[in-house]
Amino acid sequence: MLGMDIKREDILHLAALSKFSLSDAEITALGKDLNDIVKYISQLDELDTDNVEPTYQVFEMQNIWRDDEVKIQDAEREALLALTKEEKEYQIKVPKVL
Amino acid sequence: MKVANNKITAERLVKDALTKAKHFADYNIFTYIDEENALRKARDIDKRIANGEKVGRLAGVPYALKDNFLSPDGDTTASARILTGFHSPITATAVAKLEAEDAIMIGRTNMDAFAHGSSTENSFFGPTLNAYDKERVAGGSSGGSAVAVALDIVEFATGTDTGGSIRQPASLNGVYGFKPTYGTISRYGVVAMASSTDCVGFFAKSPDDIDLLMSITNGQDPNDMTTLPDYYSASESSEKTSATIGIVKDFDNESVDVEIRDALKDKIALLKSKGHKIVELEMPSLKYALAAYYIIVPAEIASNLSRYDGVRYGFRSEDSDNLADLYTKTRSEGFMPENKRRIMIGNFVLSSGFYDAFFLKAAKARTLIVQEYAKAFEKCDYLLTPVSPSPAFKIGEKTDDPVSMYLEDVMTVPVNLAGVPGLTIPVGQNQAGLPLGLQLVGPRRSDKNLINFAKELI
Repeated sequence: MLGMDIKREDILHLAALSKFSLSDAEITALGKDLNDIVKYISQLDELDTDNVEPTYQVFEMQNIWRDDEVKIQDAEREALLALTKEEKEYQIKVPKVL
Repeated sequence: MKVANNKITAERLVKDALTKAKHFADYNIFTYIDEENALRKARDIDKRIANGEKVGRLAGVPYALKDNFLSPDGDTTASARILTGFHSPITATAVAKLEAEDAIMIGRTNMDAFAHGSSTENSFFGPTLNAYDKERVAGGSSGGSAVAVALDIVEFATGTDTGGSIRQPASLNGVYGFKPTYGTISRYGVVAMASSTDCVGFFAKSPDDIDLLMSITNGQDPNDMTTLPDYYSASESSEKTSATIGIVKDFDNESVDVEIRDALKDKIALLKSKGHKIVELEMPSLKYALAAYYIIVPAEIASNLSRYDGVRYGFRSEDSDNLADLYTKTRSEGFMPENKRRIMIGNFVLSSGFYDAFFLKAAKARTLIVQEYAKAFEKCDYLLTPVSPSPAFKIGEKTDDPVSMYLEDVMTVPVNLAGVPGLTIPVGQNQAGLPLGLQLVGPRRSDKNLINFAKELI
C-alpha cells in the first residue's frame, strides 16, 4: 500500500459514503490529511502477520442472554418524540423522500 | 475527598465548587452549569444528615461530568454541534450509581467533539486551557474534566478513554486518571465512539479516591452486554511486599522528552529502594499499535456515527429539499473537521478492495499486541511507561497536522487495544513548570491492586 495516493475522486467517493457534501477548500485539505494518515497507517505492511488470527474485540465473555420478557424502557415514547424537530401524530416528520 | 457530614455541609462544598468554577471561567472548562439544581440537591442531603438519615458514600461531593454521559441534567452534546439541543430522557448507569451515593454534578465538561482528539481543540465550544499554562492545551479528549480536577474545582470528574482520553489529559494537568479493564464500568448512556476500546473512568486527586469511585461504579449491567461481573470488590489485595515492574525498552527513545525519561529513571530508583524488582522488556509490536489503532477505531467510528442524521434528535439543517439532502446537510454542518476525517478514514479502510490490506491487517496486528502484553505480564506484575511523548504543547501547534496530533497517543493506545487497565500518576513538573505523568499498566482485572500499588510511586 506504500506510495498509494488518495485522489480527488477518492475523496468525493468517501464523502458520498459518509454522507458529506464538501467545499473545494475541504476537499483539498482532506486530500492532504487523508494522504498523510494513510501513509502513516500503511507502515503496518512491515509487520509479519502470516498465520495470525484477527482480534475484533477483547471482551472475555460471549453470548450474554436475558429472559425473553417485554422490558419496560427507560424513556417514554413522548419523551423520545419530543427530541425531534417536527412531529405529527406520533410520527417523525421529514422532507419528501424523493 | 471531603464528604458532607455534621461538620461540613453539602451546601458549603457545592457553593465552593461553583465559586471556583466561576473564578476559572476563562479556562472554558464547562459546557453547562446548573447552580440551582446542584444547590437544591445539596440542601436535601444536608436535611437528611440533620435528620440522622443514612447518606451515600459520596454525600455532597461536587463532581464534573464529561459531556458525553447522558443524563437529564443539561443537554448532552459530546461537545459536537450535531448533538446540540439533545436533552437526554435517560441517565447513564455510571451517573446513576454516583448519584445514588449522593454525589452532586455541578457541570458538564468540555471535550473534543465525540472524543475525537488529544487536545480538546476539536470541541464545538472551543479549546479548554491547560491548568498550568493558559497558552497550552488541556490534552484530550477529556480536557475539561482533567482541568476541573487540576484546578481543584471538583473532587473528581468522569472521563472516557478510547485511546488515552483520560490518561493523557491527566498527565498534562498533573492529576490521577484511570482507565479500567475493558468492560469494568457500564457504558449504557455514554455516547459511543469505538465500541471495542471505549472505557469509562475517572480523574481524581489520589489513588484512594479512584479506588472508592471504582468500587461504586463497576459491575455487570443488564443494559450493557459488555460488562463484567464485579471482580473489583472481590480482588484479593496483593500481600506481596515486593513486586516486579517492567520497563518497555521500545518506549525509551529520543522521541520521548528527556525530562519525562528522567522522571521515569527517578521512579525506577525509588521502586528499587523500596525493594521492588525492575525488569527490562522488549515489546516490538507496540510501535505498530498506533497505526492499527487509527485503522480499527475510525472503522468503528464510521459505523457508530452513521446514526447522526438529523431525524430523531439533535441538530437538523434547515431548508433541505429531500431526505437525502437533509442527511448530507446535517452531517456536513454538524460534524467538526476531525470527525469528518475519522469517518472518511473509517469508510476507506472498510471499503471493498482495502478491507484486507487495512482493517484485517490491523485486526491481526491487534492479536500480536494482545499476546505481547500477556507475555509481558508473565515476567512482571506491572509496566511503568511514559503517558505522552511530551508535556502539554501550545494551543494551535498541532491542529494543522493530524498525524502529529495522533502521535500524542502513541503510548496510550496499545493499552486500549489490549483491553488492560492503565493509571496516570502525576510525577512532578518540568523546568518550565508543566506537569509530568507516568503510566502504570497491569494485566486484565488487576485494577484494584494496580491502583493500590500506585502509592509505592508517591
